[in-house]
Amino acid sequence: MSVSRVEAARGFTLLRVNRSDPAGEEGEMEHAPEPRRYGRGLFLATVAGGLTSLAWGRPVWSRVSGALSGAEALVPLVPQGGWRIYSVADHMPTFDPRTWRLAIDGLVKNKLTLTHAELRALPAAEQVSTFHCVTGWTVKDVHWKGVRLQTIFERALPFPEAHALQFVSAEYPYLDYLTYEQATLPDVMLAYEMDGKPLAREHGAPLRLVIPDMYGYKGVKWLDRINLVPQAGDGYWELLGYDRDAWVGHSNGYG
Amino acid sequence: MSYVTRFTRTERALHWVNATGFLFLLATGLILYLPRLSVLVGRRPLMKDLHFWGGIGWVSALAIVIVLGDRRGLLRTARELETLRPSRFNVGQKVNAILNAAFVILFFASGMLLWFGERDTTFRFTSTVLLHDWLLYLAGGLLIGHLYLAVIHPATRHSLRGMVRGSVSEEWAAKHYPYWERRGQTPDGV
Repeated sequence: MSVSRVEAARGFTLLRVNRSDPAGEEGEMEHAPEPRRYGRGLFLATVAGGLTSLAWGRPVWSRVSGALSGAEALVPLVPQGGWRIYSVADHMPTFDPRTWRLAIDGLVKNKLTLTHAELRALPAAEQVSTFHCVTGWTVKDVHWKGVRLQTIFERALPFPEAHALQFVSAEYPYLDYLTYEQATLPDVMLAYEMDGKPLAREHGAPLRLVIPDMYGYKGVKWLDRINLVPQAGDGYWELLGYDRDAWVGHSNGYG
Repeated sequence: MSYVTRFTRTERALHWVNATGFLFLLATGLILYLPRLSVLVGRRPLMKDLHFWGGIGWVSALAIVIVLGDRRGLLRTARELETLRPSRFNVGQKVNAILNAAFVILFFASGMLLWFGERDTTFRFTSTVLLHDWLLYLAGGLLIGHLYLAVIHPATRHSLRGMVRGSVSEEWAAKHYPYWERRGQTPDGV
């Protein structure tokens, strides 16, 4: 019997199989070839494919979704147009047009307190731009409508020593800063409409900052106060290690 | 009616620990992921903590079951799954089990990268979120098929008894698993 005979005849591999199945019939063993382990292959391929996708996932996915023009076929998979909603407090602020005000404060000649109606009465600007999140997702062709900061400055008249702006959210303790130069880039705006509709609650109703050249965490939502300050400081995520100048593709470890 | 043992206690413990952890992570994950649910529930910091610690708990509990359970039996089951040939399980069940095992590893790896990436740019990759999403779609698809066959489809739902009480009827087993070499008769139906 046979362990030695089996070993001699079929080699060590079969012996292992034999051992793992002591009740198996040796006679049958000698004739049956060792089954191919497709299952192990499937397991290893899935794990390896998943882990390496960290390197190839995004480029391949861009190609695939680009090829399916409009990517309508994928809409059910991507909730609400690809947006993810990030917030830092327990409750998203609620917008009440009767009590809501936008305050422009700090180093300005004219401190302003604008109602929602007054804000919407200011000269409006519109733009289509791409929104990039630092975690890797992107929403293309977002249609924004709102007010340029230049329009605010013309009314508030910042002092020359106001080199930066602090954007304060109603979602305490979220805030962030831009330098004066960054705030006056041509496609920076305070947006109150997105894709033809009033800004939704989860997108920061009624007002958010939009700066397409920077990652989304600079775009303060539920904006209700802008302070003109001597210099930029660290915003909510910058205090947690993110870059203050959050240029898309050139900050936060990218590029 | 005579019954035959289908799943050991360790196998059942592993299954239910996995299922509980997965469903908890699915619920908290969907609250974080679907904008409508995010608005409805709010409390994002708490949800993130629950999801994160739920993930740690899920993987730890699976490891504890493996370490404290019948390791030799589990190794036999793993060998059985490896061949993909019909035995105690059919090919579909084997593929489902293998993919789910791989997904646990990938869910955990990508989830930890999301968590560390929020704290250190070294761990931040643009594809991490994509991997975590796609695992959700794939694992969700498997779960729907699995629930249909185990709970709803009349011909197969007797198998749920095997995962709850450990045994299935001899007659049902003979019909559905002709290649299963059955041992461990339990005439009392336990």
